Amino acid sequence: MATTSLGTRKPSRREADSGGPKRVSRRRNIGDLRVALFFVAPAVLGFVLFYLLPTIRGIYLSFTDYSILGNPVWVGLKNYLKIFQDKLFWNAMGVTLEYVLLNIGFQTVIALGLALLMYHVAKSTLIRGILLLPYLVANVIVALLWFWMLDYQIGIFNQMLQWLGIPRVAFFGNEFWSIPTIAFVNIWRHMGYTALLIFAGLQTIPKQLYEVANLDGASPWQTFWKITMPLLRPVLLLVMVVTITGSFQIFDTVAVTTQGGPVNASRVIQYYIYQRAFSEQDFGYGSALSVILFIILAVVAFLQMKFLRGNENDLD
Amino acid sequence: MKKKALGAIAVAAAATLALSACSGGSSQASSTGDAKGEISYWLWDSNQLPAYQQCADDFHKANPNITVKVTQTGWDDYWTNITNGFVAGNGPDVFTDHLSKYGDFIKNGQLLSLDDAVKNDNVDLNQYNKGLADLWVGKDGKRYGLPKDWDTVGLFYNKDMISKAGITADQMGSLAWNPQDGGTFEKTIAHLTVDKNGKRGDEAGFDKNNVAVYGLGLAGSGSGNGQTEWSWLTGTTGWTHTDKNPWGTHYNYDDKKFQDTIAWFNGLINKGYMPKLETTVGASMPDTFGAGKAAINANGDWEIGQYLGYKGINVGIAPTPTGPDGKRASMYNGLADSINAGTKNPAAATKWVEYLASPACQDVVASKAVVFPAISEATDKAAAAFKAKGVDVTPFTQQVKDNTTFLFPITENAAKVDGIMKPAMDSVFSGKSPASSLTDANNQVNALFQ
Repeated sequence: MATTSLGTRKPSRREADSGGPKRVSRRRNIGDLRVALFFVAPAVLGFVLFYLLPTIRGIYLSFTDYSILGNPVWVGLKNYLKIFQDKLFWNAMGVTLEYVLLNIGFQTVIALGLALLMYHVAKSTLIRGILLLPYLVANVIVALLWFWMLDYQIGIFNQMLQWLGIPRVAFFGNEFWSIPTIAFVNIWRHMGYTALLIFAGLQTIPKQLYEVANLDGASPWQTFWKITMPLLRPVLLLVMVVTITGSFQIFDTVAVTTQGGPVNASRVIQYYIYQRAFSEQDFGYGSALSVILFIILAVVAFLQMKFLRGNENDLD
Repeated sequence: MKKKALGAIAVAAAATLALSACSGGSSQASSTGDAKGEISYWLWDSNQLPAYQQCADDFHKANPNITVKVTQTGWDDYWTNITNGFVAGNGPDVFTDHLSKYGDFIKNGQLLSLDDAVKNDNVDLNQYNKGLADLWVGKDGKRYGLPKDWDTVGLFYNKDMISKAGITADQMGSLAWNPQDGGTFEKTIAHLTVDKNGKRGDEAGFDKNNVAVYGLGLAGSGSGNGQTEWSWLTGTTGWTHTDKNPWGTHYNYDDKKFQDTIAWFNGLINKGYMPKLETTVGASMPDTFGAGKAAINANGDWEIGQYLGYKGINVGIAPTPTGPDGKRASMYNGLADSINAGTKNPAAATKWVEYLASPACQDVVASKAVVFPAISEATDKAAAAFKAKGVDVTPFTQQVKDNTTFLFPITENAAKVDGIMKPAMDSVFSGKSPASSLTDANNQVNALFQ
């Protein structure tokens, strides 16, 4: 995975240049290319078949009227023009954004806290492993598990609230609570995994920096902000890019619990795409929505890389 | 990795073949030709799986050359699998079809019409309960399904709760309703509602914010058809979903009769007699009934087994209340078996569909007492089988005998209508919008047909 390459030290340009002896000829390079292509071919083939072709076909379909069972009919920009006047699309964007903010905000802070605990306190492999457990359970199972535990009428969580004298809450059924609840369920599932990624980043920070900081009398708070955070930035950035992209694509939890309801309160963009394409068989429109989401995600990832300087490491 | 990629090429190639194979308009099913081999049959109701498995076994005994493979998946996955199967070319040969779906299938040429088969094999369409066979004639005048069963709606009630409230079974069977004050139906619901302090809904000091037992359960807002939610009320006012049925092209959600009924029904929530919509997301309505949180549930006859299965709950069944016209009303929905136009074995598939629609199979289904088969005699047998189990199903059959049923609204664009009406009805039921907001939703729905 790309995680490790970002976390480790980049070889400097000077090393790479001086490394190769001069007698490497052009022919030899081409020979390497053949071998390289041979080894890369399976992955490239998979990439082309499963990612590139479907993406290109998806972009093509976004300009058509296509009910999956008939043939696509070219309609130009009609789907896109309709989307910009589609109240449900803007609602879906708003709902998705609310989800991403809640999900990423809490998840990152909690995961960072867990990672620090793993690094400094919980050194047993067992405990570190337990933190990962929720991530090992399938998404849909996690969603159903919480769906039942948080049920208004017969859920154990509401029963406990009642014992405490707190009124029951319709976690999934209430318009205000549905998105925070779904966000919480996914935080619960992903925080251990995210913590593990950050933990790996923490391990790349040289120990002597902390020793020096300690000698200079820096408080733990200062050490955290002046050493840990800056040196963790490349890893944290990667984690953010991956989790934010994943977060925008929230679907399964919504599909097995609220299905977009109540009214439109949890109709996130991916669910809306699914609804338009697969339930209402409007694949052209669904594809156009997907293309827009694709562009948004690309822009978000680009901005993150650009402004958080993801390809630089302060250790260099 | 390489293996995966090679597999993908095979899949892609198969998909191309399948896509090219499924062109062409509606073709005819026929049992003539070489009827042998294995065919697949899909259904969604797990309660009915044993009955149809036995039909498949019997069918195989009578036709040793044909084997039927029965597959059951839950309702939601079922339709996704069907659509995917149509596209990929690996769908079932024969499948249980629903009225809300088959209009869209016909439009896309996905079903074989059965007219030739009915004619050549002398299938008697009069053996079915009145109207059921007509439901499966498409807009183009061709037949796309043979009836397998039917359902109506009734009231399931908790016997212990009504006797504690001093209400008799006879009273439950003769409730009257109107959209102004709710009639004796509302009075009964109010009386059956009990708050945390034991005060009933019609007593002074009733705390509507802390209700222990609701008079009437709620499954959801009912989207655009309200089959078990409110259609048995709107049906008594003379209101109909569409301008004509089947194949209407204009919906009537802007009608005052409809909106008044919805407003009254929704009022039950505000009065505390029915749970809030937000609390219905999650556990099913029957399960909350089984947990003793509601006294009455309006539901379809296909849930009889579910309701009778709760331990410690004595269940009674009553017909839906009479309306302003003095008559009852129930939506009358019928399922049928249809043949996938992409079947590679139309002859065997046709034979199987005819067998499913014959007394031989429907009597087997009747004997299991899970649903009411479409054939009139088999319906009586099913009623007798229910009786043997100690269940009086008259409240469901009575609606058919008294001719107080109306058909499930069949139109094109059913999925899109649902996409508009579900949020609109949810909005009304959650108190966010008045019933009059449904006029706007109705305009959106009708725009689909222009």
